[in-house]
Amino acid sequence: MGGSIAAIGMGLAVIGAGIGIGQIGGKAMEAIARQPEAVGDIRANMILTAALVEGAALIAIVVSFLVK
Amino acid sequence: MPTFAPLFKKRAEMPQKIILMRRYFLSFICLLSLSVFAFSQEHQENPTGEGQQEVEHGCGEQAEHEFDPGATAFHHIADQNIYSIGPWNFPLPCFLYAPGHGWSVFSSGKFHADAHGNGHVAVDGYVLVEGMVNRIEDASFPMGEVEVGHHPYFQKVKNAEGVEKDIAHICYNSHLYTTRERSTADGGLFGGGVTNFYDFSLTKNVTSMIIIFALLSWMFLSVAKAYKQRDGMAPKGLQGFIEPIFLFIQDEVAKPFLGHKWEQYLPFLMALFFFILGLNLFGQIPFLGGSNVTGNLAVTMVLAIITFLVVNLSGNKHYWEHIFWMPGVPAWVKIILTPVEILGVFIKPMTLMLRLFANITAGHMVMVIFVGLIFVFSESGINAGAGYGTAVGSTLLTLFMMSIELLVAFIQAFVFTILTASYIGAATEEAHH
Repeated sequence: MGGSIAAIGMGLAVIGAGIGIGQIGGKAMEAIARQPEAVGDIRANMILTAALVEGAALIAIVVSFLVK
Repeated sequence: MPTFAPLFKKRAEMPQKIILMRRYFLSFICLLSLSVFAFSQEHQENPTGEGQQEVEHGCGEQAEHEFDPGATAFHHIADQNIYSIGPWNFPLPCFLYAPGHGWSVFSSGKFHADAHGNGHVAVDGYVLVEGMVNRIEDASFPMGEVEVGHHPYFQKVKNAEGVEKDIAHICYNSHLYTTRERSTADGGLFGGGVTNFYDFSLTKNVTSMIIIFALLSWMFLSVAKAYKQRDGMAPKGLQGFIEPIFLFIQDEVAKPFLGHKWEQYLPFLMALFFFILGLNLFGQIPFLGGSNVTGNLAVTMVLAIITFLVVNLSGNKHYWEHIFWMPGVPAWVKIILTPVEILGVFIKPMTLMLRLFANITAGHMVMVIFVGLIFVFSESGINAGAGYGTAVGSTLLTLFMMSIELLVAFIQAFVFTILTASYIGAATEEAHH
């Protein structure tokens, strides 16, 4: 039973990260469309911000694994 | 319709090339699917042969397990004491320490491992179970080299916390002996903890790291030599491959984040980036051991600890002031902010560790599970038609995932480096107010 509750926790964490990274990706696309010449800077910052959002999700996933 | 004429003409010239390409592609897919099946045949248990063995040793029947792709994937991405390339097992040196027995140093070839990584010889009470050294718990088990049963028996045993775990049992003299896995320094968090022996062996992951270290050393020393010899000339060969990647990290990561101190930290950032990238890519090569080094929590933890030390040892007064007593905010906010900031110091390297580990492990697991789907749908080889059908589908999916993993290998190495650079940048920033 513990396993399935952990899976729900993981799923919830992934929803949050999905919304966050989706926002980042969408806004980055908009920014690139507005200023195609800044594509390099935008991409680097996009990856950096997505990594930070991912970090929060990873902590949630690991905690959902550990707490039984 | 005169304007479309050239288009049609061009299409009429193309087909032969396209058909040829398509034929190459299809035969490539077929070959890959078939190779999966060749491996699957090898992994099928031989019920009659194994059955006879069991009767001989008198340890009873091996309980029939339903194929579990998750467990198989975990076993395949784990570290091993043998290096298996395709059907060949290469022995690695074992340095094992058991309290009360002392050191045992020998080659893992002494275990005489089969294709599953199960050894049928016990050495000093150590046995090889699915590629990993385990130690027999019972002290009365004879030391030295002893012939034991051909495969381990897995039985569910509850540990002290009441968590069920598959424990390998070894058959010897019609007796089942309980084995223990090696000690891990996770304090029991991930199901490990201190057991009856310590493993300091040169495992598959360590061997892969040494290979990558040697490869990177050779690459960078030869490139450095080329820069000295060909001063002022255009880059050539390996130089031309390394230079754009090196300049990308230098210009996109080091310079913007580290300000005028970038030259001081450049060697560290480059070492991090190329070491992680090399290991990520090395793990992607199929049938070459498939070592999952950057998907190992211990390896990423050491990388993160090094980053933690570099960041905090180079932190200036400004950095520590912002952690312990953030200037410019009211006192009651400071009381909340200070614990959060102190936690942040440790959470930053922890997310670095987890991010790399989770991304690489997930990539490796997805591939094993896609191959495992073949056995799920073919009911372990009973339904051959479904098996062949799934083999083609999962081969295509695996190819697709592998190309994504190639991208992930670069992105994760880049992310680790850029985050390290941004943490160092934040720690060394001069006050400007």
